[in-house]
Amino acid sequence: MPTCRRNSSGIAFILTRLSGDLATSIASPNATQADIETIRKAYGLDRPVITQFFDWVGRALTGDLGNSYFFQTRVSTLIAERMPVTLTLGVTGLLIALCVSIPLGILAAVREGTGFDRTVQMVALLGQAMPSFWLGLLLMITFGLQLGWLPISGTGSWENFVMPGVVLAFSAIPALTRLTRAGMIQAMGSDYIRTARAKGLSRASILLKHALRNAAIPVVAIAAVQLGFMLGGSIVIEQVFALHGVGFLAWESIAKNDFPVVQAVVLVLAVIYVALTMVADLMNAVLDPRLRV
Amino acid sequence: MSALLEVEQLEVGFGSRTSAVRGTSLTVERGETHCLVGESGCGKSVTALAVMNLLARGGHRRARRLSFQGEDLLGLNDRGMARLRGNAMAMIFQEPMTSLNPAYTVGSQMTEVLRRHKGTSQRVATDRAADLLARVGITAPGLRLGQFPHQLSGGLRQRVMIAMALMCEPQLLIADEPTTALDVTVQAQILRLLAELQRDLGLGMLLITHDLGIVARVATRVSVMYAGEVVESAATAQLFAAPKHPYTQGLLRCVPVPGKQRQDEPLGSIPGTVPRIGPGFEGCAFRERCSFADATCAHAIPRKTASPGHDYLCRLPA
Repeated sequence: MPTCRRNSSGIAFILTRLSGDLATSIASPNATQADIETIRKAYGLDRPVITQFFDWVGRALTGDLGNSYFFQTRVSTLIAERMPVTLTLGVTGLLIALCVSIPLGILAAVREGTGFDRTVQMVALLGQAMPSFWLGLLLMITFGLQLGWLPISGTGSWENFVMPGVVLAFSAIPALTRLTRAGMIQAMGSDYIRTARAKGLSRASILLKHALRNAAIPVVAIAAVQLGFMLGGSIVIEQVFALHGVGFLAWESIAKNDFPVVQAVVLVLAVIYVALTMVADLMNAVLDPRLRV
Repeated sequence: MSALLEVEQLEVGFGSRTSAVRGTSLTVERGETHCLVGESGCGKSVTALAVMNLLARGGHRRARRLSFQGEDLLGLNDRGMARLRGNAMAMIFQEPMTSLNPAYTVGSQMTEVLRRHKGTSQRVATDRAADLLARVGITAPGLRLGQFPHQLSGGLRQRVMIAMALMCEPQLLIADEPTTALDVTVQAQILRLLAELQRDLGLGMLLITHDLGIVARVATRVSVMYAGEVVESAATAQLFAAPKHPYTQGLLRCVPVPGKQRQDEPLGSIPGTVPRIGPGFEGCAFRERCSFADATCAHAIPRKTASPGHDYLCRLPA
């Protein structure tokens, strides 16, 4: 996992430098060659790329992510300002996804092989195949413009997070539903469920206490990973719904060649992803006593 | 007064083609141990699961009579059956390693039975669970209650299963090969424990096994199953002394008896394997492996009585 973080931030670092002469794009269009050279020197862009990289890594490790060229403020301040929006969006998306996929997965497992089960599987497949920006636009047209139920852009209230949350959830629902269904089918066929039935427990207790607890173990791990994907995937969704989160910031900064911000966003999202994977492992240990030391 | 458990002409099928149990009848009286013996796949476990209505998906049962303490089990819905299971009739299984839920502690799994059926407080249930763990020979029951199944050995887990089955003081205990998965010394301990509990608590027990050594030690009555039918049923002493059905005789020849067995004499065996029986099968299912078989064995066989309480399913005279 640390490798993934190093790689992704390394890739971001290189890509920002492949996208044209940074000093030129920072300078105003009518700057002289001398101005550009001054900028190049001031930002240290005249040094070899490898030196720039290690310099950046070294400062990032001490918490200094540099300054934004465009906003003229510290990158860490910018990200801290925007992060709550992205986190709210990601958590909303995950909650919607769990609220839909776990009951759906349980029902599909209980009715394994029936028309209901097959319909759930089909819908899950469709959900996975649908591009999120397209679904976002469809929702905006229907609920925002035609029905006027929900605002189509902005960050003002909780209503702004409903549609983007649903769109993000859609990408996670298929995997979570199928995982819940598979886990429940496996658990329901196990010896300990036969024991639970032989004990005369209620159907609710058998399903929700004895089977779900075991079926949920892989679901929790994947849900944490999905949240990581959602935070990364919010770059597109925040753009579509004009939510001013970290994804939106990254988008703006890419357009403006504000590379310290782009690098920092990629780094922060990668770190969060790694942290979530670790949280998933810890959650698994809570759910599965066999994993505890 | 009616018997504890009465099963008459029980039939169990899976799908439309295989019939796992074909007209099994047996009776368990209060306070007796009834052993159901036979080789793997003869329908012993399926019979037990059908009585408990715990058949796997796709399994369906039919019977002329299936009653527990005079109450008709066939007429009960799921809720009515759940009220009896774990309460008045309990069951323990062959696989102690996987029969407990890995996610919950021993204590949590034991107490939920009592709380469900008797509505006691957690405190009362925990006390009862600790008492029963001590009763089945587990030392430090307080410690064990807080442990998870994976922290216990197979023998301990089976003891926990037994203690859990006894939580609501059942009248009937169905034990499906409770010692098969355990090593020999532990087997002996578990059997001794079951026999002891059966005697002390006056349990009616239906013990499923393929081990005739166990039968000889604990059974009051034995039913021998073959290919989904009870081919012979008698009091234990009678069955061992005068087996009537060629299959029972064959089974008994397969058991080495120290002192009686000569060194150079090979141990008996029954040639062939259990046939697959579909619907519409006529005659004796054992005829292809039987040295006494003739043409009449392909027709319906009447059940004969050798002596009071001893009946068998064979054309041969008593």
